[in-house]
Amino acid sequence: MLRIGVDVGGTNTDAVLMDGRRLIAFHKHPTTPNVSDGIVGAIRAILEDGGAGAERSPESIAAVMIGTTHFTNAFVERRNLSSVGVVRIALPAARGVPPLMDWPRDFVTAIGHNVHCVRGGYHYDGRINSPLDEQAVAQAARQMQAQGLKCAAVCGLFSPVNAEMEERAAQIIAQEAPQIAVTLSSRIGRIGIIERENAAIMNASLAGMAREVVAAFAAALRALGIEAPFFISQNDGTLMSAERVAQYPVLTFASGPTNSMRGAAYLSGLSDALVADIGGTTTDIGMLVGGFPRESAISANIGGVRTNFRMPDLLSIGLGGGSLVHADAGAVRVGPRSVGYRLAQQARVFGGDVLTASDIAVAAGYARMGDAVRVAGLDPARVEAGVAEIHRLFAEALDRMKTSAAAIPLVLVGGGSVLIHRAIPGVSEVIVPQAAGVANAIGASIAQAGGEVDRVYSYQQLGREGAIAAATEEARRAALAAGAVPDTLRVVEVEELPIAYVPGGAVRLRVKVTGDLALARPQGAPAGEVGA
Amino acid sequence: MKIETAMLEDFARGAAFLGTGGGGDPYIGRLCCAHAIEQYGAPQLLALEAVADDANVFSVAGMGAPTVLVEKLFSLEEAHLAVSKLERFLGRRADVIIAAECGGINATLPVAYAALRGLPVVDADGMGRAFPSIQMVSFNVYGVACTPMVIANEHGESVIIETGAAVAAEEIGRALVVQMGASAMLSCYPMTGAEAKRTAVAATLSVAYGIGRAISAGRSAGEPVAALLAYLRTTPYYRHAHLLFEGKIIDVQRETTRGWVLGRCVLEALDGRGARLEIQFQNENLCAQRDGRVIAIVPDLIVVVDRESAEPITTEGLRYGQRVSVLGVSAPPALRTSDALAVFGPQAFRLDHPFVPIEILAATP
Repeated sequence: MLRIGVDVGGTNTDAVLMDGRRLIAFHKHPTTPNVSDGIVGAIRAILEDGGAGAERSPESIAAVMIGTTHFTNAFVERRNLSSVGVVRIALPAARGVPPLMDWPRDFVTAIGHNVHCVRGGYHYDGRINSPLDEQAVAQAARQMQAQGLKCAAVCGLFSPVNAEMEERAAQIIAQEAPQIAVTLSSRIGRIGIIERENAAIMNASLAGMAREVVAAFAAALRALGIEAPFFISQNDGTLMSAERVAQYPVLTFASGPTNSMRGAAYLSGLSDALVADIGGTTTDIGMLVGGFPRESAISANIGGVRTNFRMPDLLSIGLGGGSLVHADAGAVRVGPRSVGYRLAQQARVFGGDVLTASDIAVAAGYARMGDAVRVAGLDPARVEAGVAEIHRLFAEALDRMKTSAAAIPLVLVGGGSVLIHRAIPGVSEVIVPQAAGVANAIGASIAQAGGEVDRVYSYQQLGREGAIAAATEEARRAALAAGAVPDTLRVVEVEELPIAYVPGGAVRLRVKVTGDLALARPQGAPAGEVGA
Repeated sequence: MKIETAMLEDFARGAAFLGTGGGGDPYIGRLCCAHAIEQYGAPQLLALEAVADDANVFSVAGMGAPTVLVEKLFSLEEAHLAVSKLERFLGRRADVIIAAECGGINATLPVAYAALRGLPVVDADGMGRAFPSIQMVSFNVYGVACTPMVIANEHGESVIIETGAAVAAEEIGRALVVQMGASAMLSCYPMTGAEAKRTAVAATLSVAYGIGRAISAGRSAGEPVAALLAYLRTTPYYRHAHLLFEGKIIDVQRETTRGWVLGRCVLEALDGRGARLEIQFQNENLCAQRDGRVIAIVPDLIVVVDRESAEPITTEGLRYGQRVSVLGVSAPPALRTSDALAVFGPQAFRLDHPFVPIEILAATP
């Protein structure tokens, strides 16, 4: 069964044709301003090539998986954002910091300041803290409708523990103001009301554009004659249906690095490894655990807004092929400044006059690019110091991403990977896969269906095993609803976080389950929802 | 001096530094303060010696689980309920507000509350750092009664507690806070200006601001940890400030016991020679041992900061692989007397080592 993976990057739109888990064709096409032309161009090329010169019919495609940075970029650039009504269900709690308090002013100008705080919310253990004021929600809905708002974000106190009030509020808004699309914070964010509410507002501001983008993707595939369902990759390495993306576009944020890591690991045949992507200016390092990127434990700042929805844990350092090499008080320093995309003009080996990390690697005799004669005259001691500094920076960054001292494999991708030549402490083996240039699109194509639970459980009531079993069962159900094949389900992550101060063994449990996507779905069946 | 919005980021970061691993998330403290100042105007910071002897000094503090705090945040209405209830009970009105501890939350909350009341906030607190329990405060050590104490929550529910000993107030208060939603506001140690001058640790809020400013300025200059140490050495109490260790976190263990987060964190030196530092903590950092030898111990301050940015890291935020600098800082003299050590010295935390001032430990080979 054939599937197509597409990565819509800032510069290139890559497409790959996969037969099961085998790469049979790939193509890079420049990204176009309207996105869909680039997708059409890239997919058309791989259908025409089809692997070994054979042409493939659009009917032979079972699914299309698309990874895109479109929504991230739109948000950061404050482009085409919708006005958002904010409904916080927390009174009488959480009055000290109102919604939108810490947002950059230009965002508030873009999305408006339409804030409604109503009574309601739960305790840390899911008991009611105060009942939902349904009339206040209805009144807020009518007011938002009168203002002509099309999008609303609803955030309730401890909604990750109990989402009922948020769901009830969504029903009320749907009755009073049916044209308003509602984002529930419990669907995307975690404990931490400010960050979760921000994530919900962020999502709501993108919802209008998301519908247009999804429609454009659908039109592009129709134009190619592809009838198969398409999915968008999320930042945790699982897929969401087209309908779901229109509702929860923020879950695509940072899906690019996730796809790249998963694609690289797939090409190397590893599921637990460090993955380093060394480019011209930076090195991005992530950690794959059970085939999925480890998620960040700290809040992420996106375009100046603090959020806490799941994001891959990435470390970026200023080391790449174009990093400047200079002497500083006797020591040789590498980066963080870089000649970037001008490497092919400015580096010594390419006839320029800037000493870069690439020049050092060529002078040391282990990298081949440009003209090695141009760096032959460098002082060997300086070259050695440069090589040592490149490896020191890299090794230190890798070690920061590890969670234990045990040696693990490293998958190395990106044009700058030639910089690394020596053994790295704490790394058991280094793998440089072929076809790493389209790792992103491959990562999109192999993405799975998943379900996740993040909730507080009482170990005293359920016991540790009982609580984990309950959470796992719920995550399994969510994965099945997302379209996973039942006998491929597996638990990829269990995280326990004891809650301080509260007696009775309250523990916050996060469980994630994934499985292969069921492609031969009966006609008309729902395309599935992803995420708990 | 007034505490203006523009000062809050530095102030909250400096308070988090003095929180020595505990004291709560300075982000929430800063936002709540900013909101209060936006609504009510900037409060005056009043030097401790400028407080009138007969002034009525009221404290306000938050108590509860960090996980709950990040959802319920805190509301000044609850703080006001706690303080106003105590005012009515005692039949006197607050003239100034005082912080009980320094830390991301409990140093910023009194500033926000002072803004609401239009009252000055005293440039002082009850420890010049953070501790995990209500009795662990200089007010208690030097004879101010902890109770009557009022605990209040967002539902307008409040409880007045009267006990003999501060320890009993802590035990009862802790149980009540859990029942009241695991996050609540309290006002305790009501005192006169004369008592505050006798028992409080002076100038700690302005020093918190100075610490934050030194970190910011140091970041611009590229050496925040050095800038921070240089600033601390100019202050009256914190002048014995040393870099205890620079290293990488190689292990963190935590367990929740009786509602506290206890644990230890092991660091390894970056020079590859294998030197290790172990830090024990109970909410706050308590004891630092280098290769088995104590080099700093409570009540002296042990603070873990990011090696590059000097951002203070709470004990909850410690993770494998972080590159950190560990600073040891002398506690204010009022925390180092035998009376004080009986309340929050090493034995109060069941540590086996005696208290030895950091400057003496540093001079001992």
